[in-house]
Amino acid sequence: MAPVLAFMAVGAVTALGVVMIVVALVFYLVSVIVQLRAITRGLDEVITHVGGIVEKSAPVNGIVTAINEQLDAGVDLLEGLLVKKAGMSDAVGLVDGLYAGAAATGFRNFPESAAVKAPRIGETYTRGTLTLARLGREAPIALGNPAGFPLRDVEGGSLAARLLYPDVRQSRPESLPRSPVIGTDAPVQYEQREDIGAPRKRLPDRSR
Amino acid sequence: MILWWIGDVVLIAVVLPVVVYLLRGVLAAAKSIVPSVQEIATVAAAGSKDLDSAALLLTTQDQVTKTVAGVANYGGSLDVILDDA
Repeated sequence: MAPVLAFMAVGAVTALGVVMIVVALVFYLVSVIVQLRAITRGLDEVITHVGGIVEKSAPVNGIVTAINEQLDAGVDLLEGLLVKKAGMSDAVGLVDGLYAGAAATGFRNFPESAAVKAPRIGETYTRGTLTLARLGREAPIALGNPAGFPLRDVEGGSLAARLLYPDVRQSRPESLPRSPVIGTDAPVQYEQREDIGAPRKRLPDRSR
Repeated sequence: MILWWIGDVVLIAVVLPVVVYLLRGVLAAAKSIVPSVQEIATVAAAGSKDLDSAALLLTTQDQVTKTVAGVANYGGSLDVILDDA
């Protein structure tokens, strides 16, 4: 009888151990399944948004490429016009005067421009003169002569550009003469001549 | 019989803790993925929203085209007005 009870006890312990392992497996595996479902829902949301990103960004490449082509055409136009009108040396000097160091890079469509030594236009001429040059106002860009009249006034940099205007403007009067005010409300009423509209004092001689 | 008892002891004292330890690790790893996925979803939603203004690139393209055309017209006029170097 005792061996039978011993076998039953051993079998019961074995069965208990197996049941505990199965319960642990069930509990943890179900928990993992729940978490994996949450992950799946999150990934579905991610896929939806990523799809939106792909859809919205699809035309960006073409549009940006087209914009760059348009801007390249504009740059080509302006570079060509500047070099044509100002000459390579002055063109490089103008660009370098406005954007310091740009002369080292040179113009994109004129590779030889990188080797051109930029004249120091930014220091020789005033900013106003450069502005007028940009506006095509016939600024005296080409008249600079180190031995002659300096276009650049260190203390009053705008003087050279101001000299291009008529004398009244460059002398900068505090108040220009005011225009006369006319009409019935004018502050100065001129006297009317009494003889206007009145009978003539002396009739013209008709005998002649 | 003794070997059986030893087997039971090993089953309960060794195998069961090892199984529980491994399963807890898998569950912890799965739980750690969930917040990351939620953050990725939030970022993706924000990125998608940021790209709503990408449609304005069409307006930018149109404006650039008009601007370059204006510059071209202005350059053509300057080319006629100003003498070459």
